[in-house]
Amino acid sequence: MTTMTIAKAINEGLRATLGSNHRSLLMGEDIGALGGVYRVTDGLLAEFGADRVVDTPLAESGIIGTAIGLALRGYLPVCEIQFDGFVFPGFNQITTQLAKMHSRSNGNLTVPVVIRIPYGGGIGSIEHHSESPEALFAHTAGLRIITPSNPHDAYWMIQQAVDCQDPVIVFEPKRRYWLKGEVDTESPGMSEDPFKAHVLREGTDATVVVYGPLVPVALAAANAAAEDGHSVEVIDLRSISPIDFDTVTASVNKTGRLIVAHEAPTFGGIGGEIAARISERAFHSLEAPVIRVGGFHMPYPVAKVEEDYLPDIDRILEALERALSY
Amino acid sequence: MGATHLPATEFDGTGMDDQREAEAEARLGGPAEPMVQLLAPDGTLGTDPVFSEYAQRLDPDKLRGFYADMAKIRRFDVEATALQRQGQLALWVPLTGQEAAQIGSGRASQPQDYIFPTYREHGVALTRNVDLAELLRQFRGISNGGWNPKDTNFHLYTLVLAAQTPHAVGYAMGIQRDQKLAAAAAQADGTAGRPSEPKAAVVVYFGDGASSEGDVHESMVFASSYNAPVVFFCQNNHWAISVPSSVQTRIPLSNRAKGYGFPGIRVDGNDVIAVHAVTEWALERAREGRGPVLIEAFTYRVGAHTTADDPTKYRESAEEGLWRAKDPLDRLEKYLRAAGLADDAFFDQVKADGDELAAYVRKTTHDLETPDIRTAFANTYVEAHPLVAEELAWFEEYSAGFADEAEPADAETGAAH
Repeated sequence: MTTMTIAKAINEGLRATLGSNHRSLLMGEDIGALGGVYRVTDGLLAEFGADRVVDTPLAESGIIGTAIGLALRGYLPVCEIQFDGFVFPGFNQITTQLAKMHSRSNGNLTVPVVIRIPYGGGIGSIEHHSESPEALFAHTAGLRIITPSNPHDAYWMIQQAVDCQDPVIVFEPKRRYWLKGEVDTESPGMSEDPFKAHVLREGTDATVVVYGPLVPVALAAANAAAEDGHSVEVIDLRSISPIDFDTVTASVNKTGRLIVAHEAPTFGGIGGEIAARISERAFHSLEAPVIRVGGFHMPYPVAKVEEDYLPDIDRILEALERALSY
Repeated sequence: MGATHLPATEFDGTGMDDQREAEAEARLGGPAEPMVQLLAPDGTLGTDPVFSEYAQRLDPDKLRGFYADMAKIRRFDVEATALQRQGQLALWVPLTGQEAAQIGSGRASQPQDYIFPTYREHGVALTRNVDLAELLRQFRGISNGGWNPKDTNFHLYTLVLAAQTPHAVGYAMGIQRDQKLAAAAAQADGTAGRPSEPKAAVVVYFGDGASSEGDVHESMVFASSYNAPVVFFCQNNHWAISVPSSVQTRIPLSNRAKGYGFPGIRVDGNDVIAVHAVTEWALERAREGRGPVLIEAFTYRVGAHTTADDPTKYRESAEEGLWRAKDPLDRLEKYLRAAGLADDAFFDQVKADGDELAAYVRKTTHDLETPDIRTAFANTYVEAHPLVAEELAWFEEYSAGFADEAEPADAETGAAH
């Protein structure tokens, strides 16, 4: 076990991948000499050279499109998109090409491209640097989407994404890049399956489902609720597509109440999908409607007011109170 | 039409009237810009300081083969159009007029090269030995692809304009890497200098309309930055559905290559010999590691954009007539006859072969089986996916319910399955 930040864990995970698979390569803007704007690829250029850590032109469609071509030739590209709000010039390539290549080729072609996207707010940045577009991609069949919330998952999930034969988007919670935690680099342990949710805290009164940047917030809210005598189960979803509904259903069958929280706007979001599915699967167990906690239906607001936008402990506790009031 | 909506340019001093006139002239009479041409519309063979050498490599068999391919694919085009009109295909994308651009460039590629088409490259598909009946699967609505690109190195058609251009560059970058890895491995095991795999390159097709898409720009930037072995083959057929090429570009498309730092060359796209020569030159150059080339094949889409289009609404029939006079098949026929390389018997045989192909395609199209939707469930992801599994299970149960209901109804009417 070693202690490291999420950023360092991804760096080590990429190092392990580049070291073990000579057909893997990293592509993105500023990922070489600079080591990425978040330094996630720091030192990798020096270690693996410019053929494996490729500083690309500033062109998101070009990055993803050429990665598709490289994958068709048998390579395993890992693309970095510098910020969440800049993925949209590459949206066409991701949704119309990457997601569908396997299907439209009747299973003859595979495009195991990984796309890393730092996402979410809370860093006090400017426009287009703090968005949560995961639902836009989750709606597209053919893509897989995962998001680590701790260094151990970060280390293993990036490697598992590269090993996966399907295209995988890894949303990295940028405001947690500096979160430290223990990493077992010898074994993934219970993180063996990147698409399985983890019950981080057991409880009996309500279930809170979160992922990525909100995981520490939900755990803190559960601790606060415990002081008021409420037992809250916290689930780290880890995979946004597919969603591990079995784990969530089992929890709701136990607790009878469900709150889903994410930073992305609630309307049309992942929370709505979970609410609908759990209403179908566990209707008779539910003691209250599924309550969603999320961002508002507005473009991500300016940094000076983002605290009012982002779900925090109090917003989760308010939802819990509503759920318990039924 | 689009041309009349163009703003007057502020930077070249060209007045609006002059501009219109130049555009009209370009569409009707051909380009004022230099263009590689070896075989003139009257069937005479000219010379070119660079490309005659490539033309001289063509023996009579190859030239007859060019004609046979062009005639075959034109016959196929007629048949597919008829099949669409009869409701057998959902849509058809005709290529008539562009046979030389496609056969000439396709025949210049080697088996190890990889081709990324757009959606009109039926002639290129023929040169890559794609079963033309399989090519119709997409248009019949029974597949979004239809053939396995690994069998022929001919990629699937792409309907999102220009989306295949960065794929081509990425694939070319992969070829580059493979060559480096192979060289390093040969160095390591002491086999350097021995014959190795033949060097490969990529050809990517797109049209004058698609040239406006950002992906073309990004692809050319990447291709130039990494010196990728890729040939950009733009078929300027003059019309992006109803919008003329003058709305896509104010300069010859081939000139755009200069801005990216690699050669651009305009070739008479109705001259199969010149197209073949220019493409062979560009591919050899790419395989040797000398980087990308943009070829603009100056040609014309004689028919509609697709069977859903009506060109009479946006262009004059006189324009089509002028281009028909530059027909790629007619000019090669004239040359072959004048040079004594082909006679009536040959042309009769070509016609018979075309009819045979058409009959094959007609029969096979009727016989193409509609797939089971379960194949779509199976091919959405490579690896197991719980949501897909859950929805498939629901579908199976739902379908089974109908099977139970269907039997008594059929029994009453005596209908057979």
